[in-house]
Amino acid sequence: MSENQAKAAAGSMEDIYDEAVHWHINTGGETIHAKRIPGRWRTIKWLTGSVWLILFLGPYLRWNGHQAVLFDIPHRQFHLFDITILPQDFWMLSLVLLFFAILLAVVTALAGRVWCGFFCFQTVWTDWFTWIEERLEGPPQKRRKLDKAPMDLHKFRVKFVKHLVWVLIGALTGISFAAWFTDSWQLWPDLFTGKAGTVAYVLVGMFTAGTYTLAGWLREQACFWLCPYARIQGVMVDATTVLPTYDFKRGEPRGRRKKGDAADKYGDCVDCKQCVAVCPTGVDIRDGQQEGCITCALCIDACDAVMDKIKRPRGLIRYASLEEIEGKPVDPLWRRPRVWVYSAILLLAVSGIGYGLSTLGNIAVRVLHERQPLFVRLSDGSIQNRYTLKILNKLPEKLPVTLSVSGPKGIRLVGADGPVVAHPSTVTPKVVYVRVPLANLKAESMPIEFHVSATGPGGKRLENSRESVFIGPRH
Amino acid sequence: MAENNPFPGENNTGHIWDDNLRELNNPPPRWWMIAFWASIIWWVAYGILYPTYPLGQKPNKGLLGWTMIKEYKESVAEVEAVRGKYEERLKGMDAKAILADPELKQYALASAKVIFGDKCAPCHGAGGQGNPGFPVLADDDWLYGGDINTIVTTVTGGRKGVMPAKGGQPLTEAEIDKLAQAEASGHITKEPLFLQKGCIACHGMDGKGLKPMGSANLTDSIWRFAPGGVESAKYTITHGVNDPNDPKTRNAEMPSFRGKLSKVDINKVAVYVHELGGGQ
Repeated sequence: MSENQAKAAAGSMEDIYDEAVHWHINTGGETIHAKRIPGRWRTIKWLTGSVWLILFLGPYLRWNGHQAVLFDIPHRQFHLFDITILPQDFWMLSLVLLFFAILLAVVTALAGRVWCGFFCFQTVWTDWFTWIEERLEGPPQKRRKLDKAPMDLHKFRVKFVKHLVWVLIGALTGISFAAWFTDSWQLWPDLFTGKAGTVAYVLVGMFTAGTYTLAGWLREQACFWLCPYARIQGVMVDATTVLPTYDFKRGEPRGRRKKGDAADKYGDCVDCKQCVAVCPTGVDIRDGQQEGCITCALCIDACDAVMDKIKRPRGLIRYASLEEIEGKPVDPLWRRPRVWVYSAILLLAVSGIGYGLSTLGNIAVRVLHERQPLFVRLSDGSIQNRYTLKILNKLPEKLPVTLSVSGPKGIRLVGADGPVVAHPSTVTPKVVYVRVPLANLKAESMPIEFHVSATGPGGKRLENSRESVFIGPRH
Repeated sequence: MAENNPFPGENNTGHIWDDNLRELNNPPPRWWMIAFWASIIWWVAYGILYPTYPLGQKPNKGLLGWTMIKEYKESVAEVEAVRGKYEERLKGMDAKAILADPELKQYALASAKVIFGDKCAPCHGAGGQGNPGFPVLADDDWLYGGDINTIVTTVTGGRKGVMPAKGGQPLTEAEIDKLAQAEASGHITKEPLFLQKGCIACHGMDGKGLKPMGSANLTDSIWRFAPGGVESAKYTITHGVNDPNDPKTRNAEMPSFRGKLSKVDINKVAVYVHELGGGQ
């Protein structure tokens, strides 16, 4: 090893130790009391967080006399406006999950932890909880002082009201969640008169306790130590990802200016630590991208406000990629292969869901072949097989369904002379027999096909077919 | 001892051996202790509320009075409550009426599945597919008739048909062979011996059997006794069925279920058999 190499190696070790000096990992020993300041990203955060109003208000929407969106698990059917989704259509759910998983990946790769910073329930509920805390206990300094102060009547009253409001929000969250799975207007009176099901009470209880603990007590600790997605998203970020980034070229060397300092003694960063003060997870963005950063961009608001005051241009902390800050050329979006791959998968999932929703048949038939006995010989020498047809009717009304069968010559359906009444929104089982003359059976097992047809509302013809087999004696 | 502790400030208990081997006081975390005490309290409460350790001569029955058999009986009562309303309706009905009511028929089929499995399947097979010597119930061939009322009669009273060895006639080997050949070909009525030897007395002029006697239909493709064919037919003609005088006779007896099954259960199982595939 040459002397230079040794020096370089030693130097890099020194760098690591230097870095470690700045590492500050809060394991919950310190409560983060973040400062709230108005700004562009603050407004955006309120707006994005308000998508969760859907959770609270959505269940009360009505549509044609029933709940617009109802995930009716006891009856195994989902209602989305006019569409009824039965377990048979559940392959679409996997596409929905694929869509959102890839959406998370693509957004994270391009713009960082947008989900974490702006949409995640942990972030949003914590934001509401700390907003309430600020209304009741005052700004961060006052809160820290109150935390240290001995318990007296004033402190007890303030804390009691705070925790009570938190629990109430938790309970409201739980009830709103439960309301998606049962009749929402009936749920409220049922809950308070003790008539709701055990599942409803357990669900509401779990959500109340969970919301109160996670948003009231754990807060950023949930992102640090509990959440797997936080870590997953952390590793999906690279040097081309646009993130809230400190422009160290412009900012360094940082320092507090005094009168008489040379104009070029310091960079633009005045080391006011406002970016740290407003951070809900308590990290210092100037250390670069790190696991604790949920990319909520509140530090951008803080820094911009300071830049305005010292009459320097905004954007010392801004949404930028590491390559951009380092002055490297940045590929436009359409030149990045991963954008194309992700978009293709997204498109695939969306078209699959679109296809599924547009071709949801109103009737369907499934066939179960009787296994014991597989076949029976009749007096006239023909062979009989027994089948259970499962006729699925997704319409909300009774439907007379005509059954027929096709297969080997002389095939005959017995036991379904008139139309079979298929009950609404469920599967109706129907036992039928199929007879084939022995002479026409060319093999031990022959393919046959069952057909169901019905006339739906408005004279629409509904059809479905299903293949099965006809079993005869061994040749 | 604390004054001359050689390792101050490390929270040791003051127990020091061999100059430096010492016991430290590192209590478990608070949450762990809370869980520890909570589980002890749980255990004590459980021991008081539920049957646990014997107290003296008698076991401790627990304050809640819980027993496994009580829980079982409650579950049974729950099932009976669901069944009860159907069973109540079935009491006054005959099997034909049950068959005509789609809801009750569905209930009877579900309920009789167990009865059929216990009482009928050992001989007739789980799906009514029959066994050697025991008729198939899923086909359309019935010795005594396949309408619902006859099935009820069959299950209630049992059946035992009789065919004397050689039809009670002095048949020669050659004659037996001729009759068996004719039967296997499906044209028994064209064989003069069929009429001459009086087979028609029981099997009818057309050879299709007489339902009230349970005599077999000799013209269809179904064999009463496995495996069927000429040899099988010869054996049956030679030794008869249930002939008390021939020790090699074929045994064919269906026991009576009167008293073994309630009337309602017989009706239900008759509906089940009727729906196996060949009910008339």
